[in-house]
Amino acid sequence: MNWSEFFAMGGYGLYVWGSYGCAALVLVGNVVSAHYKHKTTLKMLRDYSRLDEAGTK
Amino acid sequence: MNIINYKYAAPRNFYRLAGVLTPWFAVITAALLGIGLYFGLFVAPADYQQGESYRIMFVHVPAAWMSMFVYMILAGSGAVGLIWNIKLADMLATVSAPIGASFTFLALVTGSLWGKPMWGTWWAWDARLTSELLLFFLYIGFMALQAAIDDPRRASRAGALLALVGVLNIPVIHFSVQWWNTLHQPASISAINKIGAPAIHPSMLYPLLIMALAFTLFYFTVALMRMRAEILQRERHTAWVAEIVGGEA
Repeated sequence: MNWSEFFAMGGYGLYVWGSYGCAALVLVGNVVSAHYKHKTTLKMLRDYSRLDEAGTK
Repeated sequence: MNIINYKYAAPRNFYRLAGVLTPWFAVITAALLGIGLYFGLFVAPADYQQGESYRIMFVHVPAAWMSMFVYMILAGSGAVGLIWNIKLADMLATVSAPIGASFTFLALVTGSLWGKPMWGTWWAWDARLTSELLLFFLYIGFMALQAAIDDPRRASRAGALLALVGVLNIPVIHFSVQWWNTLHQPASISAINKIGAPAIHPSMLYPLLIMALAFTLFYFTVALMRMRAEILQRERHTAWVAEIVGGEA
């Protein structure tokens, strides 16, 4: 298989790879933001519980 | 275990279940994406009319399907939360919104990238494109509304009402290519003639269906991840969340 031909996509390379690139960004963005949300929520709750403990002591 | 206990235990059990299921969903999603991309980019032949540009379909169509599918889950679970006051259903609606919005965005952008070489324009105010853009604004509106209301119970109720009104837009998107004379091409696979003869060759149909399945599982993977964060957030005053927070510190 000819790779440069493959990447050229019959002259539509910009549009095809632009689309697949956007799809990759959206998928990766979803995973990263979901992971980050879980982490920050845990961290926030941890910080609150420390504040609570400090307040009651 | 009685019903009351079950009701209170649901978020906690779901949190655990989601933690167990997420990696499995992620692995299956990745495998399906790999297979779908391989067949879509390397095996499927070029289109006789659109040449190689039609390969945009393998991400565009699944994204567009998911934009509607996720919206129906959002509205459906919003309704379940509204009627039966089920917390997990409310949470599913909330976490689905950003995922659905991202699929809608992807459908619009890839459609634009496909429209430019095929129609000669990035955008047209035709029925299909406009109703899909409206869907994007419905997602954004849903998120903005929920973000503006502090009380989660009231936020869920208001969001569900908005989502239910917006359901009217779904058949408009679906049938827009039949009801109006649009620039957008008609569906190659419709639910009605699926069993008969879809207007698409199997060598292009299978990668499309695999990609659609991959996107569906991707949605469930990310929804499970987001559900875990949402459950922690909304159940933060319970003993079991305190245990998790303390235990992992």
